[in-house]
Amino acid sequence: MKRSIAFVVLLMMPYLLRAGEIPATGRRSGYSFMAPDTRAMQDDDTANPGMLWVMEGESLWAKQDGASEKACADCHGDARESMRGVAARYPAFDQVLGRPVDLEQAINLSRTRHQQASPLAHESRELLALEAYIAEQSRGMPIAAGADPQLAPFVDKGRELFMTREGQLNLSCANCHDDNWDKRLAGSAITQGQPTGYPLYRLEWQSLGSLQRRLRGCVTGVRAQAFEFGSPEMVELELYLMTRAAGMPIESPAVRP
Amino acid sequence: MASSIAHMIRVLLAIAVALPVASRAGELQDYAVIGDGIPASLTGSPGDATRGRALVLDRASTCILCHNGPFPETRFQGDLAPSLTGAGSRWTASQLRLRLVDASRFNPETIMPSYYRIDGLQRVAKNWQGKPILSAEQIEDIVAYLVSLRD
Ligand code: HEC
Ligand code: HEC
Repeated sequence: MKRSIAFVVLLMMPYLLRAGEIPATGRRSGYSFMAPDTRAMQDDDTANPGMLWVMEGESLWAKQDGASEKACADCHGDARESMRGVAARYPAFDQVLGRPVDLEQAINLSRTRHQQASPLAHESRELLALEAYIAEQSRGMPIAAGADPQLAPFVDKGRELFMTREGQLNLSCANCHDDNWDKRLAGSAITQGQPTGYPLYRLEWQSLGSLQRRLRGCVTGVRAQAFEFGSPEMVELELYLMTRAAGMPIESPAVRP
Repeated sequence: MASSIAHMIRVLLAIAVALPVASRAGELQDYAVIGDGIPASLTGSPGDATRGRALVLDRASTCILCHNGPFPETRFQGDLAPSLTGAGSRWTASQLRLRLVDASRFNPETIMPSYYRIDGLQRVAKNWQGKPILSAEQIEDIVAYLVSLRD
């Protein structure tokens, strides 16, 4: 009986997934495309440069800030418990805004709403440090974003953005990351474009960077107008990528070439 | 009835094929698609194969992001597309010119960009808007180079 259900599900797979979409069993992190020395750098916390941001985030977590004169820790306690699994669930639906927010926006909303502090700038060292510290608490946990039914229309928008050709080169994300992830673009592995490692240390950036920074790189690469940091489109794309990566373990802070 | 519709379609197609594509925003030269190619040079004169080779190897022209070919000097070549080795034995100059101008004429689903087309694109970044990826001169240089690639 069980076997026949499994068989029916297998038969239906091509209909549940659209052409080119990657089935759960075929999902591969960017990690698996990297050279052994880059993998070793990610695997060893003493060699992984991203850990510097994690450590800085840990001290920011305990630091008072804003008119409230409170630290994150004053409300949330030990991040190792309260923040466990959080990054695996973001972007999540914000009831006040009525739309999804990503982890960076959630950090800034918590700062403005509860800490009465000013929001941290995108790609600033402090924001990346706090994000890296929080994300590290989910290392190894399976991605489980997008389960909230209120997110469904936003997942659809993100998927639409992923599938739509754009820019002077007229390419969609799917053209590379669904249809050609086993190939090489001018010598670099295209990979499946999985969001499992962010924020991550990219050797090319010589810095930690957010998923949005990476996405802006790909959008600019096809010579399309980059979406603004924090724009609804960015968050919708992030949300779709996270649902597309459902079940994959969080690697933050990862290392990429 | 059906045959007269088929006839009308044939007539319309013949007209469409014979008409030069109007240049848009004054950016593009007129050209005529005849059969499966563009027989006439976009500039009216032949291109330069040496310059064409340099263009194909220049990442800014984007060809070697996807293609590889007889370029032993660079490790950075793509494998998203067929090798350019022998392209001149497989295709005529006329076909290669149309392929560069608008590859979607050969395969509507192709990922190869249309290098001399400015319509039908979405959200093009400001500094690229209204401009083809390559100029008519660059296309002619690349065509001259590709034609010289014989097996
Ligand atoms: C022309 C091909 C191409 C297109 C189109 C493209 N990408 Fe990428 N993408 C790449 C390549 C190549 C890399 C790996 C870059 C590197 O590490 O040097 C990459 C990396 C990524 C990564 C990082 C994966 C990791 O392991 O960290 C993500 C996420 C991503 N892309 C998402 C997208 C999205 C979303 C879009 C559309 C908005 C898109 N890409 C469009 C080629 C492309
Ligand atoms: C984003 C990927 C991409 C880029 C960039 C690209 N091509 Fe292509 N090209 C392809 C693909 C894929 C094909 C295979 C046929 C198809 O799908 O249309 C192809 C086919 C060709 C062919 C026919 C090959 C054969 O013998 O069958 C030639 C010639 C060619 N391209 C030349 C070029 C040149 C010159 C450039 C740069 C000015 C270029 N291409 C840029 C993807 C690309």
